[in-house]
Amino acid sequence: MLELTPKKLSDRSTLRINPIKTCQPVGAMYAALGVHQCMPHSHGSQGCCSFHRMFLTRHFKDPAIASSSSFTEGASVFGGGANLKTAIKNIFDIYDPEIIAVHTTCLSETIGDDLNGYIQDAKIPEGKLVVHTNTPSYVGSHVTGYYNMISGFIKYLSTATGEKNGKLALFPGFVNPGDMREMKRLMKLMATEFIMLPDTSGVLDAPMTGTYTMYPKGGTTIPEIRDLGNCEMTLALGELTSEFPADFLEKKCKVPYKALPLPIGVENTDAFIMALNQFSKNEVPYEIEEERGQLMDILLDSHQYTHNKTVAIFGDPDTVLGMAQITLEMGMIPKYMVTGTPGAAFERKAAALLEKFGVEGCTAKQSGDLFELHQWIITDPVDLLIGGTHGKQVARAEDIPLVRVGFPIIDRYVHSYMPIVGYKGAIRLAELILNALMDRQDRDCEDEDLEMVM
Amino acid sequence: MDSRDKVLDKYSSKIYKNRKEHVIEIEAGEPQVIAADTRAIPGIMTNRGCCYAGCKGVVTGPLKDVVNIVHGPIGCAYYTWGTRRNKAKGDEHTKDFTQYSFCTDMQETDIVFGGEKKLRQAIKEAMEIFNPECIMISSTCPVGLIGDDIHAVAAESERLYGIKVLAFSCEGYKGVSQSGGHHIANNGLMKYIIGTGDAEPQKYSINLLGEYNIGGDGWEVERILKRIGYHVVSVMTGDGSYADLKNAHTADLNLVQCHRSINYIAEMMKTKYGMDWIKVNFIGLESIKKSLMDIASYFGDPELLARTEAVIAEELDEIEEGMAYYKSKLDGKKAAVYVGGSRTHHYINLLKYLGVDVILAGYEFGHRDDYEGRDVIPSIKIDADSKNIESITVTKDEGNYKTFHTPEKIEALKAAGVPLEKYDGLWSDIAEGAIITDDFNHFETEEFLKLLKPDIFFSGIKDKFIVQKSGVPSRQLHSYDYSGPYAGFRGALNFAKDMTMATYTPVWNMVQAPWKSEPTLVGSLGGIE
Repeated sequence: MLELTPKKLSDRSTLRINPIKTCQPVGAMYAALGVHQCMPHSHGSQGCCSFHRMFLTRHFKDPAIASSSSFTEGASVFGGGANLKTAIKNIFDIYDPEIIAVHTTCLSETIGDDLNGYIQDAKIPEGKLVVHTNTPSYVGSHVTGYYNMISGFIKYLSTATGEKNGKLALFPGFVNPGDMREMKRLMKLMATEFIMLPDTSGVLDAPMTGTYTMYPKGGTTIPEIRDLGNCEMTLALGELTSEFPADFLEKKCKVPYKALPLPIGVENTDAFIMALNQFSKNEVPYEIEEERGQLMDILLDSHQYTHNKTVAIFGDPDTVLGMAQITLEMGMIPKYMVTGTPGAAFERKAAALLEKFGVEGCTAKQSGDLFELHQWIITDPVDLLIGGTHGKQVARAEDIPLVRVGFPIIDRYVHSYMPIVGYKGAIRLAELILNALMDRQDRDCEDEDLEMVM
Repeated sequence: MDSRDKVLDKYSSKIYKNRKEHVIEIEAGEPQVIAADTRAIPGIMTNRGCCYAGCKGVVTGPLKDVVNIVHGPIGCAYYTWGTRRNKAKGDEHTKDFTQYSFCTDMQETDIVFGGEKKLRQAIKEAMEIFNPECIMISSTCPVGLIGDDIHAVAAESERLYGIKVLAFSCEGYKGVSQSGGHHIANNGLMKYIIGTGDAEPQKYSINLLGEYNIGGDGWEVERILKRIGYHVVSVMTGDGSYADLKNAHTADLNLVQCHRSINYIAEMMKTKYGMDWIKVNFIGLESIKKSLMDIASYFGDPELLARTEAVIAEELDEIEEGMAYYKSKLDGKKAAVYVGGSRTHHYINLLKYLGVDVILAGYEFGHRDDYEGRDVIPSIKIDADSKNIESITVTKDEGNYKTFHTPEKIEALKAAGVPLEKYDGLWSDIAEGAIITDDFNHFETEEFLKLLKPDIFFSGIKDKFIVQKSGVPSRQLHSYDYSGPYAGFRGALNFAKDMTMATYTPVWNMVQAPWKSEPTLVGSLGGIE
């Protein structure tokens, strides 16, 4: 496996090998699927739409619907206006969504298609909506596309009517439906009224009933998106993902925001609960206290199996930072933290985290890739890998266990239903990490050292 | 109103006018015409991909000793990294780069100022780190628009590093589907690789074209061919290599599995090297038997024929009992098959053998000849989209041109039923009454599912869970749901086993919650129990 990777660090400035990011439009498609009765629409070649639907379907093992402007050479020369106009008519005629969420591609961005103009000129049936966002694939990553689409919805729909609704606006970050469910559960337990955008729970983890519906029950509704402008404040979870739309909502509708890390691990979840507490003025109920206490119990009971174990974490910036937090809390050393998504803030935040825990000798890198991470590991190995499916090659090559967390996980089932956020999510992560490390100990030890009790 | 009309009737007049030519019901008698290889309608949820997917994703991607650099923003390289199951294995002589994804990862400044410099640097780094024998560059959408001359960079790099460097202008917007990309890839391999090697010709040697080794299909076919005594010069392109492809011209015969994606090379090699080609199908017992006998008949050696018969008998013996069992479980079922540009046809006979009728079928990106047979080719009108895909012409290579048989012998073989340069298309095997839909879309999938109620639906990942959520078992015929091989005798058994499993998994009996069919409130009314 990966035998052609040189053992010594290769000098490279340009060639991207085995990336840890993909392009903006797929993130926009994912965000749009979290809006109720919404058809995500890809304005570009139909291959983009096909690739993105495949990517999302493989991760969620659930249908990911989306349509395409199906550009041909002609559209690429003369502009995609006619294609979009036709597409909008056909989508409403045949698939009858409430809203179409258009995102662009590197193709339509390079030719400079004016989406604002196209949409203004389009025939949109009474009561139906078309919104858009620009997602040039040559800027940022899928995470950028995700928050651009959220901002697109806000730009078109959210308004401040002057009457506050008493609700909290919540941007959940680039997380799974299972995480969104957990965030909603915690907010309900804190008796906090909220609007969450997007909400892919009930869409990409929809139940099997024997009847297929194109628009399942889940998703943020259009009235909710409109009403975001009347929220008291925004909680942006995942600072590198959600702060952008939170800032946008603040500028547009004067909704102040607070940005927090993804609630992965103890302290990050504490910060989330405290923010809910400050917002709602409701006391933290025993149920949450109990969960936190259980987590403390588990981490204490098991700390000897994680203490000083080294880990390499790769994936989306906020997920990696969250995983770094919880591994540090478990006494582990996040020796390598890599995201493919560009942005210097990632490295700053990672450094601050290491300083907080007084840990030295770790490396954090933005715009990195798995090829480089592999070469680091060859030179100086780790005990554990945490990240998505694509890490399985490195895991196999170097015989290191891999705990699958984040996007994309295209070679396992169930993960998207289960949270990694909140105390419950931390308990699940603790179990995944402990099992990986302890299974390894059981596998590697001598017969005479096999422990019956651990 | 029949099913076809019921579905088409729901379309607006404009779409109806377009789709009615693509959706037909098979009738006995007159040969039927279908519209194919035309533009998808914007907004209709087509299953099609793009030119890049056909070129890099399908044809050039599987070549294992090639560093395939995707020139463009990151996405397209990412989506074609390890996702198609074209298995490959390197050895001490052949490097295997298929575990890697290479990309220039173009940024905004590259779009504005051009990406050639970046491409040159990427090639330099690929040389320094991996030192490959061959590099291929595939363009994605923006590259064609900003005018990067990837062909010039390729030529320059070839001179600079003394290796083979090919460039493919396979931008996603070209053509109407993956199909254009296949053609562009075929042109490149033919122009720059095939015929550049100097291997000695060997006895009974063949090339296997249009076999991508999905789930190990190619390995299973090669195992059988080698058992009989053939020398496989090259496989295009599953587990294939630049090293082997160079010598493809030294073979005696081309075997074409996937007609759609690679018939261009077969045709061009016939013109350039005089090499005959026959259409084979290694999916389904009857098809494999016929294909193996056809190949043996071509070579005409009695010993080879005898060995072919013996191998067939032994291979059949190995799976007979299993096949009989699965046939007993599947007999009488109805299937929908919707894949690719050749694969749908390939599975019909296997399903028939298992007692399964195909009632709904179609291709994602097939051309009319894939449905109606190659005889229709001269009458296919070339539209503007097809014109955008270059069609190259080759001429006789005097030094390497050889004919295995005299024209008379060829005619005799054709008369005996060996499909030399012949493919009769889906029509030759599909049952009367079946509904055929070209460039099937999501709406038609849903509607036909409701009307025709197949017992199983074979297509791809984008449909799979839609179909399954409707209560119909679904298996992917692009990726075999991570199973396989499905080719060859043993592959047929794998397929039968997987189809049985999909149909009989206990979950199907538990989908309905008991409270949906039984009363949940038990009480008494007016004191009467």
